[in-house]
Amino acid sequence: MAVKTQRTRMRTQDSIERQSNFLEVALGYSYDEAIAEARRCIDCKNPRCVLACPVEVNIPLFIKYLLEDALDEAFETIYKDNILPSICGRVCPQESQCEGACILGIKSTPVAIGALERFVGDYGMEKHLADTTVPELKHKKVAVIGSGPAGLANAAGLRKKGYDVTVFEALHKFGGVLQYGIPDFRLPKNIVENEVQNLKTMGVEFVKNAVIGKSLTIDQLFEMGYQSVFIGSGAGLPSGLGIPGENLSGVYFANEFLTRVNLMKSRSFPLSATPVKIGDNVAVVGGGNVAMDAARTAKRLGAKNVFIVYRRDEASLPARLEEIHHAKDEAIDFRLLRNPVEILGENRIVKQVVCEIMALGEPDDSGRRRPVGTGETVTFDIDSIIISIGQKPNPILKDNTFGLKTHSWGGIITDENHMTSIPGVFAGGDVVSGAATVILAMGTGKEAAETMHQYIQNKKT
Amino acid sequence: MYQIMAKKTLNKDVDLMEVKAPLVARNAKPGQFIILRVDDEGERIPLTIAGIDGDLVTIIYQKMGYSTQLLGKKSVGDFIEDFVGPLGKATHIRKKNHVIGVAGGVGSAPLLPQLKAYHDQGIKVSLILGGRTKDHLILQDEYAAFCDHIYLATDDGSVGEKGFVTDVLKKQLDSDPTIDHLIAIGPVIMMKYVTLMAKAHGVSVDVSLNPIMIDGTGMCGNCRVTIANKTYFACIDGPDFPGEEVDFDELMSRQSYYKDEEHMCFIDLDNHGR
Ligand SMILES: Cc1cc2nc3c(=O)[nH]c(=O)nc-3n(C[C@H](O)[C@H](O)[C@H](O)COP(=O)(O)OP(=O)(O)OC[C@H]3O[C@@H](n4cnc5c(N)ncnc54)[C@H](O)[C@@H]3O)c2cc1C
Ligand SMILES: Cc1cc2nc3c(=O)[nH]c(=O)nc-3n(C[C@H](O)[C@H](O)[C@H](O)COP(=O)(O)OP(=O)(O)OC[C@H]3O[C@@H](n4cnc5c(N)ncnc54)[C@H](O)[C@@H]3O)c2cc1C
Ligand code: SF4
Ligand code: SF4
Ligand code: FES
Repeated sequence: MAVKTQRTRMRTQDSIERQSNFLEVALGYSYDEAIAEARRCIDCKNPRCVLACPVEVNIPLFIKYLLEDALDEAFETIYKDNILPSICGRVCPQESQCEGACILGIKSTPVAIGALERFVGDYGMEKHLADTTVPELKHKKVAVIGSGPAGLANAAGLRKKGYDVTVFEALHKFGGVLQYGIPDFRLPKNIVENEVQNLKTMGVEFVKNAVIGKSLTIDQLFEMGYQSVFIGSGAGLPSGLGIPGENLSGVYFANEFLTRVNLMKSRSFPLSATPVKIGDNVAVVGGGNVAMDAARTAKRLGAKNVFIVYRRDEASLPARLEEIHHAKDEAIDFRLLRNPVEILGENRIVKQVVCEIMALGEPDDSGRRRPVGTGETVTFDIDSIIISIGQKPNPILKDNTFGLKTHSWGGIITDENHMTSIPGVFAGGDVVSGAATVILAMGTGKEAAETMHQYIQNKKT
Repeated sequence: MYQIMAKKTLNKDVDLMEVKAPLVARNAKPGQFIILRVDDEGERIPLTIAGIDGDLVTIIYQKMGYSTQLLGKKSVGDFIEDFVGPLGKATHIRKKNHVIGVAGGVGSAPLLPQLKAYHDQGIKVSLILGGRTKDHLILQDEYAAFCDHIYLATDDGSVGEKGFVTDVLKKQLDSDPTIDHLIAIGPVIMMKYVTLMAKAHGVSVDVSLNPIMIDGTGMCGNCRVTIANKTYFACIDGPDFPGEEVDFDELMSRQSYYKDEEHMCFIDLDNHGR
C-alpha cells in the first residue's frame, strides 16, 4: 500500500504572539485531523514502532480503534501501558523512539504517533476514562519517595495491586520535573494536576514537604510499618561549567530559573512574591530540552535577544526536534560550536561571556563528533546567563541512608529487579539512569511496582 | 497545613512562633533550618530552627520584607501553608575548651541551639550579643541559663558597650587566652569582620551563611557559596562553614541581587488575609 499523504501538521500558536504568553504552543489535532493522520498508519504485522517505545504501547491497535471511532477503547489501549498519555504525547522524544522507527519514515514521514497519543489522552482526560477502580485494601503499606513520573507510575502500579501507598514529596507541589521544570507552554500544569488527582481518587496518599533522608529516614519508614520503599527522587542537582565567573550575580542554573518561573510563578511578579530578572540579552548554555525550555522562557519574560550557546553542531543538539523548531520560530539565536570558557562581570554582576570557537573532531563515545577547541575566542555582551548542561542525582538520600550503594556520579545502583543494595528498597527513574526521559522514568516505576509486589509476597512475615 | 500554637513578640521587629510540624520536629538537630510558605501564593523563605518541643518547632523571625511581614500577621490558631525540614547539616560540634558565640541582631535566634549544643557537651560557652538598641538584643534570658558570661553591645549605647560586637570581641580575645573557638551568626558584614579578627588571633570560627534559597534541597543552586575556592550549596552542604574559607564579598553581592525587587512586591499586605 503506497503512502500518498505527508503527515498532518499540528497547528501552533502564532510564533510572534506566543513569545509574550505562557499558553501552550502546540495546539493539538482536531478530530478530523487525528483521523486523517491515523489513516496513514498501515497497521504493520510486526510493528517496529511498538518495539521502539520504551513501554511498548500497542500503537497500531490504538490507531485502529481511533479509526473505528472507538475512542474509549483507543484510550484504554494506551493507558494499559502508559498511564500518562497526555503528558508523553506532548514531551516524548518521539523522533528517537516510536516515530523514529515507524516504517513510513523510510520513504516518507512517520505517522505522528505522539500527536495521536496526545489526542486520545486528552479525550480520555476530558471524559475521565482513566481507570481508577482499585481492589480492596490489603493493608500492606508501601512508601514512594518523589512524585515525578517514576514515583507516580510506581504508586499507581502498587495501588492497583491493593497496597496502601504513600507518596512523600520534598516540594510543596507534586509532579517532579513535570511541575517545576517543563514550562506551561509545553505542558500545561492542569494536565499534571489531573494525573495526580487520579491517583488521589484511587486512594494514594500524598504527603508534601517531606524530604526523605531528613524529615524521615528510610529506616524510620520501615519502623513505621512500610513493607517496601521506592526511590524516585530524580536527578535534580544541577551541574556547573566549572569556569571562572560562575558565581557572579545574574548567572543562573536552569533549575533556579525554571523553578522561579514555573513553581514560584515569578512570571507574574510583582503580583506574585518571588521575583526573577534576566535583562535584555540572555545566553543559555546547553543544547538539550532544558536549554530550549530556559531559552524560550527567557523570551517570554521579555528578553530581547536570547542565544543558545552550544559546543557541538546543530545535528548534535540533544533536544526534541519539535522544541528546536519552535525555538527557532521564536527567534532564539543559535550560536553553535561555541564553548563558554569564562564569564566576566562588573561589580560582581555578569556582563559578558567569553566562548572558545570549537571545531568538530573524531566521533566520541556518544557517536557524535567531538568538539575540539580552536584556541580562538568570541565575547558576547549579556545581562544574564542560564547554565543548562545537565543534572545529577540529589545527594540527600545517599548521604543519609546507611548502606545505599551508588555510582561515583551519584546514581543509585539497582539489580535487574530494580532493587537497591538495601533489601526492600527499590529505585527507578533519573536517580538510577541519570537525567533521561519521562517515559523511561515512568516505565521503571511501573516495572518496579511488579517486582516490589513479588518481593513483599515472597517475604516471610 | 501547619498550625501556629504559640506566638510571642520579642521586640517591634522580631516575633517568635511555635508551629506544629511533626515531620520537622522528629529528626531536627541544632544548626538546621526550615523553609516555609506563608500561604498558597507565598515565597519560600528559610528560617532557622530555634528550638524543638515535642511536635512543636520554634522559629524566630525578623520582619524584613513582604514574606516575614505576612508571617507576622498570622496569629495563634492560624495555619501556615508549607513548612518543610529539617534542612541543612547539623552543627558540627568541635572539640574545644572555651567557645564564644557572637550574635548580631536576629542572629541570636539561630545561634541559641548551637551554643547550647556546645554547652551540653560540657564546653564552656560565652556570648557576645549585639544590636542597634537595647530592644534589639533578644533571648538574653534563654542564653543566661547556660552561658558563662554574656557581653552586650549596642550601636546607640543604650545598654552594654556602645559599638560593634567586634569591639567587645577584641577585648575578650586580647584578655582571655582560653578562648579557642568562635561561632558568628548575623549580618554577613559582621561575620566577615569577626572572621578577620579570629584569623588575626589564630582562633577558629564557624559562621552560618544565609544566601537566598528557594527549594533548600540542592535542586536550584541559587544558594551557592564559595568556600576555599570551591562552590558549595549552602542548603545541603551548610549552612555552617568555617569562616576562614568563606568568600563573604561574593555572598554579599549574591544576596543583594534582588534588593530592588524585594521592595516591589505589589501584593497588598493588608488585604491579603484569608
Ligand atoms: C526543564 C526540563 C525539560 C525536560 N523536558 C523533557 C522532555 O521534553 N521530554 C522528556 O521525556 N523528558 C524531559 N525532561 C526529563 C524528564 O523530565 C525527567 O527524565 C523525568 O522527570 C524524571 O522523572 P523522575 O520521576 O525520575 O524524577 P523527577 O521528575 O525529577 O521527580 C523527582 C521528585 O522527587 C522529589 N525528591 C527528590 N529528593 C527527594 C527526597 N529526598 N524526599 C522526597 N522527595 C524527593 C523531587 O522534589 C521531585 O519532585 C526534562 C527535564 C527538565 C529538567
Ligand atoms: C539558612 C538560613 C537561615 C535563616 N534563619 C533566619 C532566622 O532564624 N530568622 C530570621 O529572621 N531570618 C533568617 N534568615 C533570613 C530570612 O530567610 C530572610 O530574612 C527572609 O527570607 C526575608 O524575606 P522577606 O520577604 O521578609 O524580605 P525581603 O524584603 O524579600 O528580603 C530581605 C532580605 O532577606 C534576604 N532574603 C530574601 N528572600 C530570601 C530567601 N528566599 N532566602 C534567603 N534570604 C532571603 C535577602 O538578603 C534580602 O535582601 C535565614 C536565612 C537562611 C538562608
Ligand atoms: S509513550 Fe512515547 S515513545 Fe511510546 S508511543 Fe507514546 S509517544 Fe511514542
Ligand atoms: S510502524 Fe508506523 S505504520 Fe507501522 S504500525 Fe507503527 S505507526 Fe503504523
Ligand atoms: S536553595 Fe536551592 S539548591 Fe540550595
